Amino acid sequence: MKRKTLAAAFATLLFTTGAAVASEAPKLPAQSWSFSGTFGTFGRPDLQRGFQVYKQICSSCHAAHLLAYRNLTDIGFTPQQVTDFAADFEVEDGPNDEGEMFTRKAVAADRFVKPFPNEAAARAANNGAYPPDLSLMTKARVGGPDYVYALLTGYKEEPPAGFALMEGMHYNEYFPGHQVAMAPPLSEGGVDYADGTTATVEQMAKDVVTFLSWAAEPEMEVRKRLGVKVMIFLVALTALLFALKRKIWSDVH
Amino acid sequence: MDAKTWKNPIIAWVDKRLPIFTMMQHDLVDYPTPRNLNYWWNFGSLAGIVLVIMIATGVVLAMHYTPHTQHAFESVERIMRDVNYGWLLRYLHMNGASMFFIVVYIHMFRGLYYGSYKAPRELLWQIGVIILLAMMATAFMGYVLPWGQMSYWGAKVITNLFSAIPLVGDAIVTWLWGGFAVDNPTLNRFFALHYLLPFLLFALVFLHLVALHTSKSNNPLGIDVKGPQDTIPFTPYYTVKDMFGLGAFLIFYLAFVFFAPNFFGEPDNYIKANPMQTPPHIVPEWYFLPFYAILRAITFDILFIPAKLLGVIAMFAAVLVLLFLPWLDRSAVRSARFRPIYKQVFWLFVADCILLGVVGGHPPEGVWVPLGQAATAFYFAFFLVIMPLLSFIERPRPLPSSISAAVTGKGVGISAHGVAE
Repeated sequence: MKRKTLAAAFATLLFTTGAAVASEAPKLPAQSWSFSGTFGTFGRPDLQRGFQVYKQICSSCHAAHLLAYRNLTDIGFTPQQVTDFAADFEVEDGPNDEGEMFTRKAVAADRFVKPFPNEAAARAANNGAYPPDLSLMTKARVGGPDYVYALLTGYKEEPPAGFALMEGMHYNEYFPGHQVAMAPPLSEGGVDYADGTTATVEQMAKDVVTFLSWAAEPEMEVRKRLGVKVMIFLVALTALLFALKRKIWSDVH
Repeated sequence: MDAKTWKNPIIAWVDKRLPIFTMMQHDLVDYPTPRNLNYWWNFGSLAGIVLVIMIATGVVLAMHYTPHTQHAFESVERIMRDVNYGWLLRYLHMNGASMFFIVVYIHMFRGLYYGSYKAPRELLWQIGVIILLAMMATAFMGYVLPWGQMSYWGAKVITNLFSAIPLVGDAIVTWLWGGFAVDNPTLNRFFALHYLLPFLLFALVFLHLVALHTSKSNNPLGIDVKGPQDTIPFTPYYTVKDMFGLGAFLIFYLAFVFFAPNFFGEPDNYIKANPMQTPPHIVPEWYFLPFYAILRAITFDILFIPAKLLGVIAMFAAVLVLLFLPWLDRSAVRSARFRPIYKQVFWLFVADCILLGVVGGHPPEGVWVPLGQAATAFYFAFFLVIMPLLSFIERPRPLPSSISAAVTGKGVGISAHGVAE
């Protein structure tokens, strides 16, 4: 009885500390993600559509500097496709034998090229706001994928009566403080999906969040697959050890 | 130590010159252990195993990590993405820290419940408290290494505490930082110390074991071993029991590693440290929350001592008071099983520690302030008032005549609970 109480109290402690930070924002609607849970995986078509949204919309302002073009083979693109994606970008390299810096086409081994050379340039182009790097976005916000989805779909054309919206800002239900510098990034038909899927705002938000979740945790599928094997092994081993313990202790009890 | 004759000539040759095999036989096999230890006694060996896991994963992580403010965050992400099984190493290490504290806190509460700190085990307990302090320092500095927002701001808040020391406070903080802000020199020295301290911990654990094997294990009845009938050899009995416990523990630990690796973490630490932007709530890792609550509970000056300094003193005192426990508790009876009042107060104390943890996770405003103050007052009252007082007013229940008598049910004055295990 007391052990149960202790365990419950302990669980409460762990749970409340995690939740403590989340208290101020409105409650995020929970989405059902294909990648949540013990056996969850990313759908390859979802990831590729999400990449298309990222590439055509997000990446004009947001960097994802922890990703390399070569990583895209993990979401089902062929090496040739990856080379082609990379070739659209230029990177500075060098110095060459003459000591000069030069630009060349990006290759698969390069990291995603940033839209702005530095933070000041990014702020100058975005009314003083700095579009954050998206590589770890779903891990770096309370609520994770649900938060990013809520943010992308949470814009309101008109702020509630009495809300003083600053010049150049946009009202968003889920952004802390409700004023976000980013204009609603997704609009009906914002991309022309290669696989023919209808590009609704919800569809694009779902796809790009799936892509960003993969970008933040590219190891997730391998991790969960290995985890299941390890758990099966450990449960069997522990059961055997328990039987062994009973056998060895039978002459003591 | 009896000179055992070893059949293998090489072992015999070595053992005659350096008796490591005799020592192993003595301390890992023959070590006479009370026959009635329950599963709460598993946590000591678990803590040792977690320490080994932390050192093993930590050494490999250090091979791939770059302790520089410009590279630390990216180098951790490189470990996560490009190093073979780097994500596994890092998640084992990251969650291992939480596991270490879970295991050690349970180990300490067990000691508190069964009176394991009382004579002749005072030094054993005190070495344990020093181990806890070393663990806390190691964990704090380790959390700074990924150079995320919480790493940076946590380091800033905690090192700033030393500025509360009168006269020399600011100079000490500058000395700790290696400059005038938390910056590259700070990160460098934290990395060096984070690598050093676990080896000191290892040495302390060795001393802890020497002290244990000198005064021998306590047991759930808290009475002394009277003779060979009360003990069983460590191997095979407790070796196999510890192995089973390890299996169960690994299931718990690895479930987090594989399926919820960031459960104990703060999302903010996946944002690279930015000295220009303070996170809305700076919270330490969960295992520091009770102490953080005590730190913030003191919101008032006493005479000429400012609140901040008092808070810092209270926080350190919350750990250091444990060093005096063997003399604060004067009761001759060790186990709470035979101490009807202490047994109740003990659980109140456990609840109080958990409450302090919850308070520590909330911003210090509204109801959380008086709640934290009340919980802090009870924390110290438990050690400084209740413990000494109980020694005089409590009437312990009669103790069984021996461990073997209690286990076989032939003893006198045993509670039903005592026999159950």
